[in-house]
Amino acid sequence: MSVSSFGRSLAVMVTSALFGLIFGLGLIVSHMVDPQRVTDFLDIAGTWNPALAFVMGGAILVAAPAFAYARRHRSSALSGAIDLPDRFRINSRLVIGAALFGIGWGLSGICPGPGLTLLTSFEPRALVFIAALAAGIRFTDMATAAKPAAQEDMATAPRPAD
Amino acid sequence: MEIFATAAAGGALIGLAAAGMLLVNGSIAGISGIFGNALAGQPGLWRWTFLAGLIAAPLVAPLAKIEVPAPHHQAGLVTLAIAGLLVGIGTRLSGGCTSGHGVCGLSNLSRRSLVATGTFMLVAALTVYAVRHLHLPVGF
Repeated sequence: MSVSSFGRSLAVMVTSALFGLIFGLGLIVSHMVDPQRVTDFLDIAGTWNPALAFVMGGAILVAAPAFAYARRHRSSALSGAIDLPDRFRINSRLVIGAALFGIGWGLSGICPGPGLTLLTSFEPRALVFIAALAAGIRFTDMATAAKPAAQEDMATAPRPAD
Repeated sequence: MEIFATAAAGGALIGLAAAGMLLVNGSIAGISGIFGNALAGQPGLWRWTFLAGLIAAPLVAPLAKIEVPAPHHQAGLVTLAIAGLLVGIGTRLSGGCTSGHGVCGLSNLSRRSLVATGTFMLVAALTVYAVRHLHLPVGF
């Protein structure tokens, strides 16, 4: 492929914007951007509404074949080799982190994707949540700076050694 | 039943975005990871364009005749600040959120993501129980 490196990163930027938009539209269509829809799903002892399970089910149904393909072929159209995140390392950091996330998610009914999409509702609530989210992320990165990065959004990022 | 159909349709769009980010750009569509690594200044302007698309979605939705639901909040500003901090710390420690572990990780048959997703679902359900049935105050 004779695409220049500049052209390629431009293409990645454009397609990323498109996929971000599709992701956001999915959050809107599924009503994940309404915190009450999320807490209704989590309220097993009360107004339990199983809709969120259909959101995850629909997403996994579409994404799973792509991951199966990526595990076999390990090559993306624009960014070269796909190096998928670790699937097996289970430690206290994983479980404690997920538990803290669960408390915050249950209190607010907001996880990071819908929180960002809610920014354009121009409500102070969304702004406060995202500012605190950013602070929590940066605090954690600084507090764990001596340790390898916990997170890889880039499938081709170098793998932490632990 | 319509609520389940739109839930699944919205989910399918999320899955499509995750599949596209993986196969076209070689990236995991985990929102806490993309947001956090963008804040950390990692090279790659694609993170910012992805986030711009995500944030712009409610402005674009009406053009596609998609109704944007009004958000109903149970939490007040102080609770939202605490919740945001916990979500930030928690997703960074565990390496993913609902999208990174719940959608991408489970789609990738990751045992690690299954443990994370089970944990945050269970703890979130317990937290909602405390709010709604034990009347933990969150309105401030």
